[in-house]
Amino acid sequence: MSGYVVRRLLTGILILVLLSMFVFLLFSWLPADPAALTCGKACTPQIIEANRVRLGLDLPLWQQYFEFVKGIFFGRTYGSGTATFECHAPCLGYSFRRGEEVTPLILKALPVTIYLAVGAFIIWICAGVLLGIYAALRRGQWQDRVTLGAALVGYSFPSFFIGLLLLFFVVIKWQLLPYPDYVPPTEDPVQFLQTMILPWITLALLFAAFYIRLTRNQMLDTLGEDYIRTARSKGMTESQVIRKHALRAGLTPIVTAAGLDLAGLLGGAIVTETIFTLPGLGRLALQSVLDSDLPVITACVLVAGFFIVIANLIVDLLYAVIDPRVRLS
Amino acid sequence: MTDYVRVENLQVSFPTEDGLVHAVDGVSFSVDRGKTLAIVGESGSGKSVTSQALMGLVNKRNAQVEGQAWVGDSELISASDDELRKLRGSSMSMIFQDPFASLHPFYRIGKQLVEAVRVHRSISKDDARTEVLRMLEKVGIPNPERRIDDYPHQLSGGMRQRVMIAMALINGPSLLIADEPTTALDVTVQAQIMELLNELQEQYNTAIILITHDLGVVADVADEVAVMYAGRLVERGSLRDIFYSPQMPYTVGLLSSVPRLDAISDRLTPIAGQPPSLINLPRGCVFEPRCGASQWLGDDRCATVRPELLSITPSHAVRCHLDQEQRRRFAEESLAAVVGPSGGAA
Repeated sequence: MSGYVVRRLLTGILILVLLSMFVFLLFSWLPADPAALTCGKACTPQIIEANRVRLGLDLPLWQQYFEFVKGIFFGRTYGSGTATFECHAPCLGYSFRRGEEVTPLILKALPVTIYLAVGAFIIWICAGVLLGIYAALRRGQWQDRVTLGAALVGYSFPSFFIGLLLLFFVVIKWQLLPYPDYVPPTEDPVQFLQTMILPWITLALLFAAFYIRLTRNQMLDTLGEDYIRTARSKGMTESQVIRKHALRAGLTPIVTAAGLDLAGLLGGAIVTETIFTLPGLGRLALQSVLDSDLPVITACVLVAGFFIVIANLIVDLLYAVIDPRVRLS
Repeated sequence: MTDYVRVENLQVSFPTEDGLVHAVDGVSFSVDRGKTLAIVGESGSGKSVTSQALMGLVNKRNAQVEGQAWVGDSELISASDDELRKLRGSSMSMIFQDPFASLHPFYRIGKQLVEAVRVHRSISKDDARTEVLRMLEKVGIPNPERRIDDYPHQLSGGMRQRVMIAMALINGPSLLIADEPTTALDVTVQAQIMELLNELQEQYNTAIILITHDLGVVADVADEVAVMYAGRLVERGSLRDIFYSPQMPYTVGLLSSVPRLDAISDRLTPIAGQPPSLINLPRGCVFEPRCGASQWLGDDRCATVRPELLSITPSHAVRCHLDQEQRRRFAEESLAAVVGPSGGAA
C-alpha cells in the first residue's frame, strides 16, 4: 500500500513537471514578446531590452525554466547590480503588468475560489446524491420522472444564464440580498454568506443535475446486481438491503467523479466568479489572459493542475479504502 | 398431495408494450423433504422465473403472480412481502449460478454469513460467528478460521459456491432452490458441489429444487424431473420415467442432444429451430413448430389445440396429443439414431 502511494505521488510530480514545461513551451511560441509587454505606451527599445535582461528573458528557454523551478523551491533574484529585488520561495514569477509578485496574487485569490468551490460542492453532493437515490428507489414512478425532468432543466441552462437570472431577480428586482461584494468570512460573516449564496447555488445547480442522473444510474445498476438478489434472498428487509448492500457499492463511482469535479472547480470557476465579481482564481486567470500577463497565467495553470493531480491521488486512495478488490491487486 | 413443497397452477406474467408475456403458465409440481426435483429446460423456458416467484423475488410491480405454492403450512403467493421476507433465508433459501457475482465484493464472507444468521435470529455476533465457522467447515472449506475473514475475490469459484451453500443452509431451511449451481464452475468442481449438496440434503432433510439444463447432473441427483418449455411443464415424472421412457418429443429431443461416450455417431443431434417468442406463442402445442412428430397424427390438432398435461401413470404426466404407441415409437427412433439399436433409450 505505501509503495503504491509513493508511486502515485511520483507520477503526480512528474505530471506537474511536464505540465509546467508544456505551458512554458507554449508561451515561448506566442508571437507576443513578453519583454515588450512589460512597459506601457512610452516604451523605448532600450527599456524593453533592459527589462528583458532584468526578467531573465534573454536567457535560453531551458535556463528560464530552470530559474522558474528554482524560484518555486528556493526563491530567486531578479535583475542585477543595484536594481535587484528578491522574490522569496515559493516564487511563481513576477507580473510586470501589475508590478507585483505572482505568489501573493494567487494566495489572495485562492481562498475565494476554495470557499466558492467547497460551498457549492456541499450543496450539489447533498442534493444530487439524495435526489438520485430517491429517483432510483422510485424508478418509473412519477417521483422519478419529476426528479429527472428537473435535472434535465438544470442541465440545460448554462451557468452564466442561471447566474444572471438569480442576480436579476433576487438582488435587483426583489432586493432580497445586497449586491454581491466579497469580504472574507473572518471580516464579516453575514456579508460573506450574502455574497456567496447565489454563486454557490449557480455552480451547484449544474453539478447537482449531473449528479442526480449519475447517482440514479449507479444505484439502478447496483440494485440489479446478483449480490443484491442474494441479500434479498437472505431475508433482509428492503431498507437493510439498500442501506447495507446497495449504497456502498452504488456510491463508490460517485467518489471519483466528485473528487475530480471539486478539483476542477478549485482551479477557478471563471463564469461564476465573473458574474458575481468574486476575486478568485478564475477571474485572475481570465484577467491575465486578457492582459497577456504570462507569469500569472502560468501560475494559474500550475495551481489548477496541482489540484487535479492531488485530487486524483486522494480519489484513488479512497477507492482502495472502499473497495477491497483494488487494495489487493 | 402431502408433499412438503407444493406448487399448483403457478402463473407469472409480465405486462409489456407488446402485450402480456406469460413467462410461467400453469406450472404444478411437488417435492418432499429429503427429495430433489430437477426442473429442466432451455434458457427462457421459465424455470428461473418459477423459482424466483416461489422465493418472492419477482418484483410485484412488474409482474403478476397467480396460483398457489406451499412450503409446509405457509402459502407463498398470497403472502405479504414481510411474511415472504421472513421465510426467505429461514424456511427456504436459494443458491445461484454465479457465486462470484452473488457475494458482495466489499464485505468479508464472515460478515455476509453472520448477517444471514442475524437477520432471522437474535443472537450475538460472536455466537453467530461460531456458528458460521462450524457451517464453513461443514461445506468443506479448509481452514475456516482463516478463510472467514477473506473477501470473495480471494476464494476460488468452488469455494465461493461452498460459501453460498453455507449461507443458504445456515438457518436450516426445509427448501433449497439451486438455480444452475454448477454452470459457472469447472467440471471437476461441479461434481464436488453436487456431492456436497447431496450430503447436506441428507443431514438437513431438505427438499431441493434443482434448476438446470445439464441432464448429466439431473441423472446423478434428481428423484423427480419436470421438463419446462416456453413457460409450461411439458413432462413430469420420476427420474426413471424421464430417462427410460420419455414421452414428450421435446424431452426426447433433450435426451438425444446430450453428448455420450457410447454413441456410435460422433455428431450431436440438436433440436431443430428456436424456442418460440413468449409474446407470440403457437396456437396449438407450443412445441409443434419444432416437433418431429407433429405430422404423425394425421390431422392438425398439434397446430391448433393446446394439449393438457395428462397423467399416464401415477408418477408420470405428459403434455402431448400423440397416443402412447406413437410417443414410444418416436422416442425409440430418435434415441436409436444416437445410441444405436442395442443401446436402448437410456
